[in-house]
Amino acid sequence: MGVRFYQRSILPTYSLWGREILRFSRQRSRLLGSVGQPALFWILLGAGLGEIFKLPVSWQEVSYLEYLFPGILVLIILFTAIFSTISLIEDRKSGFLQSILVAPVSRSSIALGKMFGGTTLAMLEAVLLLLAIPFLGLQMTWGSLITLLGVLILVAFALTGLGYAIAWLLDSTQGFHSVMNLFLIPMWLLSGAFFPAEGLPSWLSWVMVINPLSYGMELVRAAMYPSAQASLLAWGITVLFAALTLGMAVFLTHQPETGEWRMA
Amino acid sequence: MIEINNLTHKYGQLTALTNVSLSVPEGTLFGLLGPNGGGKSTLFRILSTALLPTQGEITVTGKDVFREPHAVRSQMAVIFQSASIDGKLTVYENLRHYGYCYGLSGRRLRDRIDQLLSQLGLSARRSDRVETLSGGLQRKVEIAKGLLSRPRLVLMDEPSTGLDPTARQDLWDLVKRLNDEQGITFMVTTHLMEEAENCDMVGILDQGRLVATGAPDRLKNQIGGEVVEVKSGSPEKLAESFTQRYGIQSEVVHGSVLFESEDGHTMIPEIIESFPGQIQAVTVRKPTLQDVFVHYTGHGFENGALPVPDEIGPDE
Repeated sequence: MGVRFYQRSILPTYSLWGREILRFSRQRSRLLGSVGQPALFWILLGAGLGEIFKLPVSWQEVSYLEYLFPGILVLIILFTAIFSTISLIEDRKSGFLQSILVAPVSRSSIALGKMFGGTTLAMLEAVLLLLAIPFLGLQMTWGSLITLLGVLILVAFALTGLGYAIAWLLDSTQGFHSVMNLFLIPMWLLSGAFFPAEGLPSWLSWVMVINPLSYGMELVRAAMYPSAQASLLAWGITVLFAALTLGMAVFLTHQPETGEWRMA
Repeated sequence: MIEINNLTHKYGQLTALTNVSLSVPEGTLFGLLGPNGGGKSTLFRILSTALLPTQGEITVTGKDVFREPHAVRSQMAVIFQSASIDGKLTVYENLRHYGYCYGLSGRRLRDRIDQLLSQLGLSARRSDRVETLSGGLQRKVEIAKGLLSRPRLVLMDEPSTGLDPTARQDLWDLVKRLNDEQGITFMVTTHLMEEAENCDMVGILDQGRLVATGAPDRLKNQIGGEVVEVKSGSPEKLAESFTQRYGIQSEVVHGSVLFESEDGHTMIPEIIESFPGQIQAVTVRKPTLQDVFVHYTGHGFENGALPVPDEIGPDE
């Protein structure tokens, strides 16, 4: 049992994870898309909107550049999750995924390998942006830094799982781009990354309440200020969000292929 | 080695395989021959455990493919038509990855990779990224990948697609060598007659049905001594006259009338004199697998495809 579990689950998960890292190390231009672009957004939006955009009273002491910072961290994670799971569609078109599926590996390890890979890359990239913390004048302790990393890992895992489930259901990268523009980017915009919920029209604030990413966003923001305390609800929903997307990814991978239509 | 019983598969309304039954003995080099769209790839994907059929039973080495998929998977190698190796990874990294997927690791895996690389003449390229290799070499890496776990059965889908004639010949030489020397059973799909000639046994798949199975020579001998091919401007009319006059069953394929006869060559003078002006050329030859196909299906090889819409074509 022990050996078999190692051979069918641990080794393949490790191998698929390693492949993600190796591929990334050979396509370093991906860094431009998933770190460079959000970082540029941050600087341009922070500088451009900083003067005219009025944050609600409770945020008076925070510059817009600083307000946007945790949002950009999550955007980097979102982009990396998208880029690393969109390759699932290419893997299916080539024989790569098929060959894994006909190998004696547990279906869960296929989902886990990919999700661990995406999470690792997301963290590597997020850490690059964390280097800007000293320049923002944030007073972070080692404890809050560790909490922040933990929260980011949780959010990265949830978003990679979501990307995996979407990619599994689609059969073209174009389709994935549509989902990204219509669903994933708005999900980020309405998570409190860009503007707080206070003072918004009520329909919009409701969208933010039911958006699971809002709670991950709250955790990230709270972790940046040692005095702040994230709500138990935010922890609960974010853990649930990660568990749910993992469950979806594993469930979908277990479904036998019957050759029916996939969404084009 | 492979036992297939009454296998049927449907893609929605379209029936891709109808009641296919087939038995492939251990050690056979088996060729699954048929036109594109004839059902080969569907059968291949079902055998590979990648696709769940609508109904039917399959066992590989006595194990049920659907009840014990992992037991079947660990004894079998599957080489798909499209590349399964990652172009961004080196030859060695690709093989290591698939070794892990088949439960190999450590020294045992390293030794096995070294052994296969030298056996297939790939040692010099081990640290090269796969995307820099020629199509023929990439195919060899695919085969090396398949052989890592010492499978008893190798499934290959149209392995010579995209290869030049030399690489194609190399590939078949390798397959035959592995079959001869190591007794590995091969199931290879192809739409090329000349490739099917390399096999110990062929199964002919047409419009989702297995119409004939047997050794190529036996199949060819079954259909009579000689094939007479009469090229004509009005082949349908000629075929009718042949039936009336000589009682022969003939087929019209590509503007020619084809019929089989024990000693067809003796009929040529008679035919030429009896139908002046209607005959452009007459050929007499030993039957080929092409003739076998026409014999069993009543139509030319190119017309054997099912009317499959592009989007759900079983050929990925």
